[in-house]
Amino acid sequence: MSIAIRRVTKRFGDYVALDNVSLAIASGSLTALLGPSGSGKSTLLRIVAGLEQPDEGGVSIHGDDATGVAPQERGVGFVFQHYAAFKHMSVRENVAFALKIRKRPRAEIRERVNELLKLVQLEGFADRYPSQLSGGQRQRMALARALAAEPRVLLLDEPFGALDARVRKELRAWLRRLHEEVPVTTVLVTHDQEEAMEVADRVAVMNEGRIEQTGKPRDLYEHPANEFVMSFVGPANRLGEAWIRPHDLEVSLGPNGTTMEAMVERIIHLGFEVRAELVLYDGRRVSAQVTRDEAEALELHDGQIVFVRASRTHVFNAAAKPPGRS
Amino acid sequence: MRARLSLRAAALGYLALLLVFPLGMVFWRTFQHGLGPVWGAATAPDALHALWLTVLIALIAVPANTVFGVVCALVIVRGRFQGKTFLNALVDLPFALSPVVVGLSLYLVYARTGWLGGWLLGHGIAVIFALPGMILATIFVSLPFVVREVVPVLREIGTEQEQAAWTLGASPLAAFRRVTLPAIRWGITYGVVLTTARAIGEFGAVSVVSGNIAGRTETLTLHVQERFQSFDLTGAYTASVELALLALLTLLVMTVIRKEGPRVDSDSPGDEALR
Repeated sequence: MSIAIRRVTKRFGDYVALDNVSLAIASGSLTALLGPSGSGKSTLLRIVAGLEQPDEGGVSIHGDDATGVAPQERGVGFVFQHYAAFKHMSVRENVAFALKIRKRPRAEIRERVNELLKLVQLEGFADRYPSQLSGGQRQRMALARALAAEPRVLLLDEPFGALDARVRKELRAWLRRLHEEVPVTTVLVTHDQEEAMEVADRVAVMNEGRIEQTGKPRDLYEHPANEFVMSFVGPANRLGEAWIRPHDLEVSLGPNGTTMEAMVERIIHLGFEVRAELVLYDGRRVSAQVTRDEAEALELHDGQIVFVRASRTHVFNAAAKPPGRS
Repeated sequence: MRARLSLRAAALGYLALLLVFPLGMVFWRTFQHGLGPVWGAATAPDALHALWLTVLIALIAVPANTVFGVVCALVIVRGRFQGKTFLNALVDLPFALSPVVVGLSLYLVYARTGWLGGWLLGHGIAVIFALPGMILATIFVSLPFVVREVVPVLREIGTEQEQAAWTLGASPLAAFRRVTLPAIRWGITYGVVLTTARAIGEFGAVSVVSGNIAGRTETLTLHVQERFQSFDLTGAYTASVELALLALLTLLVMTVIRKEGPRVDSDSPGDEALR
């Protein structure tokens, strides 16, 4: 195990940010901590980095107990949401910072910085200042800076959170490739489930200071452990006790025993797929997702009456509700 | 258009009447009888000593307030403790308090009969009617400038850059020196310029604690008053011109700095959108 988090609790005054959290992160993996704001994911990351101290529990990095060890001594690279670029230093000086602190020879620093700038595709920007870079470039610079001293683990705190959607998507794909090239154990904090699913090999879903479920992206989607994971990882409809993914709702033009009548309220074209916002006969709202071809075959349009049936449902009542209620 | 013109005329007229005209008069009166008397007044031993004392006090008070100001600003922005609001308000006290009151309060503590002054005198240290008291008074009245200039800059830069430096291996001291200090350098520079101007021009507080002994505890401002009261108008005007020149020099330095460096390094999301 590269990082072992053992029973960590952290309070800020009366507020419990982390409640007895344990997590093991494998060497060379790219793990996402996914959760809504206030779920404790950033606090957990900052505790791994040594920027916060846990009230209880501890952290080991590569088998060494790191609890109480200063951030300088942990061998971690940290990337902040708002870049934390050293504004008075050029890109080159930013990236060289950790090496200069370690008093490496000049020639070595120069060579290593060039190598890193190439890795993050900023070769031509060495003498620019952070204010002359775009957000995406600043964040790549911050990544190069964090990688300079060859950290044992790389910690990314909402690294793409301040960027616009297009740059975000590009950087996600780029980060994934970078990770294959430089397979340092990486932990990524994000509130964007799409980002977590796309980039990470493993995802830990967090909520209210606890880890709800840990697993491969696909497992979380297909076998969510509880209602929170079901609703947070991917879209979901709720009908009574049952949860249904929009693509698990079959839409047909005629009734068929178990189908429910619904009216199409709105059609949303998402490219390959089409989302239909439906109002059921009893007034409840659900959304169904079908392919473009299916939508064309059904001639879906606003105000149309259709019939829906759930092909697959998830029911969590056992864990989520007190016994005897259902 | 006419309204704007008359507004401009009013503003300029006001400044002319209150600032430019009287100051111009001082210069005119000073050089009325040529350079000879002015040179004589400026090189009189008491006048030279006053100039030297003013510079000496500024040389001690300004660095002291710069170090204190930066530390105090760090405490106000970064510290988490009860009474922070109180400290923040306390720093502004010298702005609100009349310098004469500052001088009197120092007198009460450090004079021969004061509760610290007697003990210090017993150990051979005179504060009141001596240089230490004048330095203390100057430090007191010029205390808030560096703090007030540095606090907003520190707030703006936040702690992330410093934390980034820590994770990159920099000790807290190295992180401060290499990352935070360069980021707040413009705030410090402005604070230093303002502190210097205030230290050079201080009159009231220093007057109370100095005893106005010509050639010993007389700064330039006190020298102006003393010469004026002795009906030596040339001496008074000459010292005034020296003070005005020191002030102009300070303003000049400030203007040059303002041109050279940005007040705060711009990093708003707005300038990102422009690219």
